Amino acid sequence: MTDLSLPRFNPVAFAVVRRNLLVWRRLIGPAILMNFGEPALYLLGLGYGLGMFIGEMQGMSYLAFLASGIIASSTMTAASFEGTYSVFTRMETQRTHEAMLATPISVDDLIAGEILWCGVKGMFSTTAILLVTLALGEVASPAAILAIPIGFLIGLVFAGPAIAVSAVSPSYDFFNYYFILCITPMFIVSGVFFPVDGLPVAMQRAVEFLPLVHAVELVRPLVAGLPLQNPGLHLAVLMLYALGGYYLAVVLARRRLLV
Amino acid sequence: MAKDTSAPLIQARNLTKRFDEAEVVRGIDFAIPRGVCFGFLGPNGAGKTTTLRMLMGISPISAGELSIFGLRMPEAGREIRARMGVVPQIDNLDPDFTVAENLRIYGSYFGLAASILDQRIPDLLAFVELKEKADVRIGKLSGGMLRRLTIARALVNDPELIVLDEPTTGLDPQVRHAIWGRMRELLRRGKTLLLTTHYMDEAERLCDRLVILDHGRILADGAPSELIQRHIETEVVEFRGDLPEGLIPRLEQLPDCRLEPVGDMLYCYTRDARAVIDGISDERQEITFLHRRGNLEDLFLKLTGRELRN
Repeated sequence: MTDLSLPRFNPVAFAVVRRNLLVWRRLIGPAILMNFGEPALYLLGLGYGLGMFIGEMQGMSYLAFLASGIIASSTMTAASFEGTYSVFTRMETQRTHEAMLATPISVDDLIAGEILWCGVKGMFSTTAILLVTLALGEVASPAAILAIPIGFLIGLVFAGPAIAVSAVSPSYDFFNYYFILCITPMFIVSGVFFPVDGLPVAMQRAVEFLPLVHAVELVRPLVAGLPLQNPGLHLAVLMLYALGGYYLAVVLARRRLLV
Repeated sequence: MAKDTSAPLIQARNLTKRFDEAEVVRGIDFAIPRGVCFGFLGPNGAGKTTTLRMLMGISPISAGELSIFGLRMPEAGREIRARMGVVPQIDNLDPDFTVAENLRIYGSYFGLAASILDQRIPDLLAFVELKEKADVRIGKLSGGMLRRLTIARALVNDPELIVLDEPTTGLDPQVRHAIWGRMRELLRRGKTLLLTTHYMDEAERLCDRLVILDHGRILADGAPSELIQRHIETEVVEFRGDLPEGLIPRLEQLPDCRLEPVGDMLYCYTRDARAVIDGISDERQEITFLHRRGNLEDLFLKLTGRELRN
């Protein structure tokens, strides 16, 4: 029987975060390229190219609109990749989790550590694109710095579901379902490329439940120097997703690893 | 009447593991005293690995009781694992780190301070003769070096109990002997070793006590020499190749000769090998045979049978 009890947190989880951080530092070249390179290409290509035709959107340049959206969506992508491909590598291919579970680290600690690490990876991604946006002259307010801790929260939000998918996944190929059916559609409809109110009304109601919508709603005004609308609601939705994902990931990881 | 009053380091009572329908560990009892090398032997699928996983607290126990260091598993799992070292069957070292970094990071999982690790790591590397490899990425190490590093890693928390799951499988004789030497040294230092192996020579050489497991049950429990004495004739004559007409019936008539044909081999278990060899003196030129002492492998095959396992 799978243990359905609430996750128990122990600070030993930070040893897992530290291990991942040390590996990341070792492989920093390709990691940085991924963080800066891809979003920078999107911003230059779509922001300038498409921006020429679009002009302004919601009272800001299309480049500023897109950049603030991509800050949120790239944070989602970074955390989702880490929670699927990288976590699965540590769970199965490299047996890193097996090694950790022979020490005082429990499955609950392991997953808490992996989720926190996904938050950190998300935050790295936020920071990188914020810097690119700054370099393009599209950061309108010093308040934009608050996007960085929000990036950590966005990372946590997408960590749980991704790790839960890893915990039920037979192989890397299985992640295609998650990305094609969940992450990519969310990327398209959550207000990254065009405002949510451009969607049909019924769909606007539905996308209100998507976490990325709330992530964009928090990041965009901070970067564009506009007042935040309903920040409490957006933060609450993200925190609910983060907690729910944490629980789901821990329970499914217990089911896979404690046999 | 010397009686050991110290409590066993590991005590299992009616330890049981079920997976849905299948019962893979069927209510086994064992007690492992402090300071010994204790062996778990058994064919694939006997329940050895599941038992080890329960000992590590990563496999929920279906029924029965398990205590280690006087603490109950799984409730005290974290505390128990803090005092235990594990050498897994398949290496799970961190490929992105060097030899010394692997020990350092692993030590951090036990909450060990950097100052303690700085002291301990050179000694551990010296212990497994990897000192000059400290700063080498582990991708550059041979299989034998990886195994030795895994053993050093299992000692990073200075454990009282070390669990070794098939520690020498797939290694060359030099490395196996080196690892046995290290294991004996650990025993001299008062550590308790728990070993699973498929190699009967390894078990006979190292284990003070062992159990033979099959189909989730303990078939035999004792010191290797005592078990051999109890279950197996002292001597074995192995015949190979074509045997002359009438040899088998003649051997069958000997008062003390248990025959076991396996493929093109015929094993004769006896307490009086002289009589067996005398009985074939006429055909000695035509017969290829080998006379040896009964050993743990004979016992193992007698108890678990000769059919192949998956």
